[in-house]
Amino acid sequence: MKFGIVTFPASNCDYDAYQAVVEGLGEDAVFLWHKEHDLKQSDVIILPGGFSYGDYLRAGAIARFSPVMQDVIAFAKRGGPVLGICNGFQIACEAGLLPGALLRNASLKFVCETVQLRVENSDTLFTNRYERGAIIRVPIAHGDGRYTASDETLDRLEQEGRVAFRYVGGPADADEWWSPNGSMRAIGGVVNEAGNVLGLMPHPERAVDPLLGSADGLGVFESMLARVAA
Amino acid sequence: MNRYRVAVHITPRRGILDPQGRTVADALHTLGFAAVRDVHVGRHIIVDVDAADRGAAERSTREMCERLLANPVTEDFEIASVEAS
Repeated sequence: MKFGIVTFPASNCDYDAYQAVVEGLGEDAVFLWHKEHDLKQSDVIILPGGFSYGDYLRAGAIARFSPVMQDVIAFAKRGGPVLGICNGFQIACEAGLLPGALLRNASLKFVCETVQLRVENSDTLFTNRYERGAIIRVPIAHGDGRYTASDETLDRLEQEGRVAFRYVGGPADADEWWSPNGSMRAIGGVVNEAGNVLGLMPHPERAVDPLLGSADGLGVFESMLARVAA
Repeated sequence: MNRYRVAVHITPRRGILDPQGRTVADALHTLGFAAVRDVHVGRHIIVDVDAADRGAAERSTREMCERLLANPVTEDFEIASVEAS
């Protein structure tokens, strides 16, 4: 299976994603240049983390109009799997592939730490190798990760099982919602209506080997492999 | 074609948590501006645009706001001024 990883100007997790796919998962990966209209017959597209276009205007606002994104949007509309991590989540929201927006962390601080996520739905293309309710440890590193959407949108996401991951593990109760960035309803990752696009602020690609502190993120890649290669 | 300078105000939508505005309000309170009730921090964007007339300049800037300059999920915008330049 071939993963296409988009490199925007100032992407900085594209190599992490590459390593996760090639070393962690043992599958093929290619880089896709933001100025080209070529997805190189990839089976899955990854929009990696970083600070594309310097986060000018709003995180992801400019990247969303880059040439390759027009092809990624068309690919997603045809049902192609798209994984947006961190800046990739922001870009996917700006592109209208996912509902909502990611605003400045409520603390106004850049947050860089390992957090606990609860798998809220284990029946998605991206989470089927996890148990529902499993708590996984994955790092976050962002300044603009406060997931924000209207109450109607949030209600709908919950009713349709589209909240893939929630931040949990506050100091008081390990299973309590606890948002490191002020995200509404502690949402860390959501899928689109058709279920083929996942956006999440945490970095599963940085948690694919015990040497990195956690291998819990590998399940996202294994889940895609299980569903797409099948 | 004439050239117009269009100024746009973009502000966080009311009701959405604005930690930056709140922090600035706190700082103003610390400075003694006790009468400050609320502060919102947004963006001020100036666009120089060629258009047939003022109306056309405003209409095209409005479209720029809807498509790129403002996020329809979280922000409001207003055209603050349109001046011939």
